[in-house]
Amino acid sequence: MPSAPLLLSQAFNGLALGTLLALVASGLTIILGTLGVLNFAHGALFMLGAYAMYVVTAQTGSFFLGILVGAAFMLVVGVVLERGLIRLFYGRPHEDQILVTFGAGIVIVEGVRALFGANTQSVPTPSWGQGIVQLGFLFYPTYRLELIGIVAALLFVLYLILYRTSIGLVVRAGIEDARMVGILGINVRRSFLLVFALGVVAAGVSGMLYAPIVSVEPDMGSSFLVEAFVVIVIGGLGSYPGAVVGGLIAGEIISITSAFNSAYSEVMLYAVMALLLVLRPQGLFGSEGRV
Amino acid sequence: MSTSLLEVEAINSFYGDSHILFDVSLTVGRNEVVALLGRNGAGKTTTLRTIMGVLAPRSGAIRLDGKPIGGLAPFQIARRGLQLVPEERAIFGQLTVEENLRLAALTAPNAWSLDRVYEFFPRLRERRRSGGRQLSGGEQQMLAIARALIRDAQVILLDEPFEGLAPLIVRDLVRVSRELAAQGRTILVVEQNVVAALSFADRVYVLNNGHMVWEGRPAELRADPALMKAHLGI
Repeated sequence: MPSAPLLLSQAFNGLALGTLLALVASGLTIILGTLGVLNFAHGALFMLGAYAMYVVTAQTGSFFLGILVGAAFMLVVGVVLERGLIRLFYGRPHEDQILVTFGAGIVIVEGVRALFGANTQSVPTPSWGQGIVQLGFLFYPTYRLELIGIVAALLFVLYLILYRTSIGLVVRAGIEDARMVGILGINVRRSFLLVFALGVVAAGVSGMLYAPIVSVEPDMGSSFLVEAFVVIVIGGLGSYPGAVVGGLIAGEIISITSAFNSAYSEVMLYAVMALLLVLRPQGLFGSEGRV
Repeated sequence: MSTSLLEVEAINSFYGDSHILFDVSLTVGRNEVVALLGRNGAGKTTTLRTIMGVLAPRSGAIRLDGKPIGGLAPFQIARRGLQLVPEERAIFGQLTVEENLRLAALTAPNAWSLDRVYEFFPRLRERRRSGGRQLSGGEQQMLAIARALIRDAQVILLDEPFEGLAPLIVRDLVRVSRELAAQGRTILVVEQNVVAALSFADRVYVLNNGHMVWEGRPAELRADPALMKAHLGI
């Protein structure tokens, strides 16, 4: 039986991982919900964000600049990808969409490998995230603690965009019934560009924030992609609250299980997903008969 | 008729390979209420969907106020003042009543105020914070029509507005439809409930197996039991 401080520390790790998974998964889920496209390139875009952060911090040493330049870069990537590729596949069968996004993911991963090599790179922890904080009887790395706050703030911004703006209204309606949104005079395709770009930026920024606490390498996104899929299945396809709650649940399951036996953390995650699919196939926040 | 606001001329529509509409033509004059009747599967809903641009006609022409709209996307057609209120109502269940209305108003140049819509449907004001999925069938139909009103749609295509509703609510909606017509709105209504539809229509078309088979006044149709039996099964 693991000690109480270890369990507590793992619970915090779960929170850090969970909020990040929530951010990655929310991009995935609003793209799926609105565009109907399952974006298999999402993990590669997460990785691309981490590399953007690596390049900027290596050149300038500024983490803050890394976020700004990185987010702008991801926005451009998102727009180019949607206009140049994804858009051509909206009317196509799901198999085609999966193949094309999967292919785009491979191209991005191999492109990064060709440019930077297969070696792992490291991104330094920003100056304001150095050291450890004492939380009662637990010592916890400062950056990880700050990460929880930063990602929570980003999730809140995403919430405001989705629930307090006209664009968000169109996106939420589009997730339910894109055809009816068009019948009400709204050019849904135009909002598709925005949704896709927003999802790509969310994935990229997650990678940037995560970069200092993991080794940055070309394949780092693949496990995140799979976990993000599990998150949106748990939360309900196309549901933003589902992505957030699902992310937190998945993060805690992985981290707490690791405290007992790390080999079982993923197994436990799939077991919970399987159980949920039996009891509530539409996911926690999903509506029946959708997607 | 030079005052026709909506003209449909010999359209042919398909679902995949199956031919649904055969050279269907109709006109709806300004301020006119026209009912499109027919049995199940006669092609009524397909006609409305084709006019709205949800389904592209393979041939034929559709004009709104003299300008061709065939081949345009639904959102472009909606912005020209034509609004389909679909049979399934298509209320956004995750959005509140008020959000449904605000969404509909987004791209309308002369959108009504929420208050004006609520005066028309006081029940919706009471329910404005309720989620769309919590509404009763009658309330959903009110909201579906209200979304067309808030856009200030000039031509409203009503697809089976009374389907599955209690007689009392149907009577209420018929009253609303009459009021809309009296205000000078142009309505093309598809209905299985022939009696209700005839009670407020100026003119009637009858579709059968994708062919337009009859056109006339409600009184003429009522006076012709053989026709009613042959094409409407009444």
